[in-house]
Amino acid sequence: METDLVGLLTILMLAIFVGFEIITKVPPTLHTPLMSGSNAISGIAVVGALVAAGADKGAFPTALGTIAITLAMVNVVGGFVVSHRMLAMFRKK
Amino acid sequence: MDPSTDTTTIIQNVAYLVASVLFIRGLKGLTHPRTAVRGNLMGSLAMLIAIVATLWGGGVVSWTWIVVGLALGSVVGLVMALKVPMTGMPQMVAIFNGLGGAASFLVAGAELTIVMAAVHVTGEAAEASESATHVGLSTQLLVATALSGLIGAVTLTGSLIAFAKLAEMKITIGGKKYWMSSSICLPGRHAINLFTALAAVGLCAAVVMNPTTAMWYWLLVIVAAALGVLITLSIGGADMPVVIALLNSYSGLAACATGFVINNNVLIVAGSLVGASGLILTGIMCKAMNRSLANVMFATMGASSSDGPSADDVYEGKVKSTSADEIAMLLEDAQRVMIVPGYGMAVSQAQHTVRDLANVLEARGTTVEFAIHPVAGRMPGHMNVLLAEADVPYDKLLEMDAVNPTLDTVDVALVIGANDVVNPVALTDPDSPIAGMPIIEINKSRTVVVIKRSLSPGFAGIPNPLFAEDKTLMFFNDGKKAFMELIAAVKEL
Repeated sequence: METDLVGLLTILMLAIFVGFEIITKVPPTLHTPLMSGSNAISGIAVVGALVAAGADKGAFPTALGTIAITLAMVNVVGGFVVSHRMLAMFRKK
Repeated sequence: MDPSTDTTTIIQNVAYLVASVLFIRGLKGLTHPRTAVRGNLMGSLAMLIAIVATLWGGGVVSWTWIVVGLALGSVVGLVMALKVPMTGMPQMVAIFNGLGGAASFLVAGAELTIVMAAVHVTGEAAEASESATHVGLSTQLLVATALSGLIGAVTLTGSLIAFAKLAEMKITIGGKKYWMSSSICLPGRHAINLFTALAAVGLCAAVVMNPTTAMWYWLLVIVAAALGVLITLSIGGADMPVVIALLNSYSGLAACATGFVINNNVLIVAGSLVGASGLILTGIMCKAMNRSLANVMFATMGASSSDGPSADDVYEGKVKSTSADEIAMLLEDAQRVMIVPGYGMAVSQAQHTVRDLANVLEARGTTVEFAIHPVAGRMPGHMNVLLAEADVPYDKLLEMDAVNPTLDTVDVALVIGANDVVNPVALTDPDSPIAGMPIIEINKSRTVVVIKRSLSPGFAGIPNPLFAEDKTLMFFNDGKKAFMELIAAVKEL
């Protein structure tokens, strides 16, 4: 994979704009589930952790990767499940 | 590169693209309670796709530790998420947040170690290792690694302190007990913070300029961890909505930086979505307190209460105490009742009892609604979650801006556990510490009943003239007990 910094920065900028557009429309009622849900999404670092833990490049990176996978998965699974629990409670009369 | 690897990479990147789109669609689902559950599921599907694509796409040669990490993390996360009561949600969000930040800086550290080793091998044996030729220790990698370490470590320790504050933990220093939730100010903290921040920035530079050793990176992580503790420690309980939203944003930015370390689009997209989300929430929370982010982070609230009028001046001879029976009679004649909940409702866990009273009144034909201030509670949307748990329909939860113009048609307002967010001083006294803060203008309603244990001040440390107004009745009681007595009294009518 070639390093294309400008390409990555383009993606960054566009994603930030999309994020701002969408999130400003989230009603205050849903701010807590929004936080816990977006929190879970920040566990996406698990993707990098999987490669670090599985690449077999020495004990230290494997250990770091394994800890990172564990922490990220607590964040991912926990975040999505608490969000689901909360969102399931919101109902209209 | 042989053709099959090439195809694999393309398919993997397409899967990451699908995941990115699903993350965006998922967040879009959160813009309405009706579509929110599906949105959240879409987000989790996106995560699953990203994980499967990574495992499938090569690069993984040893599976043991991956399986251990995936299984352990998932089980722990699941158990925590299922066991936590709704009242424990703020601290749960804080701790998850911290773990995300930690994962990001660990990944960056691992990648730095791997790439350094590869470059080392190339140098010695002139053997073209794949990562060395394709990535190498580029400036991009080094800068992104430094940022990931800095933001990730601040997120981790900041969130842990926030967790301790939200869980109302106590610490003992030298025989004296301190509440973590109070604003803990070390002597000379501004100097210490500044020094630590400068040290962290210096270490970032050291990481970038010394591509031969990872030592500077781990030093940076340690100093950034200290920085996270220091800046969060002095922030008081009622400012937690801002802090927790800001840390939320950081966890996204850390993931984003890690995306630049490992050249991965899906990390960049997902990370910046979270970063944007956290920043927006931070902005909303600051605006709802009419304070700048800098003021929340570095100033101390509630310390300078000596300037304004004293509690005696405000309350002396003007406060009227009332009983459950008297309130019940008022409620009987009321057509529109407005309940204003604050953090006190969460503390006394009164949300179910409050709901019961609302149901009893509605059964008698009274309209009962809730007015929610954006910073009521300890995290954005805290009151909404508690009331949703108590089965209050979300269309009864009204936002401050929508409800304020209609408050003059409210016959009886019940304020439970809220203080600063209904303090009219915010609008009348430009010298008050809460001057300019938008409030729920509950003193526009015909009668205001304030349920409170005592006349003690709120977080801002100032008296509340609302309590002394002619139309205000004070019902000195614990929140939950008060509502139980009210239900009994209304039923007796």
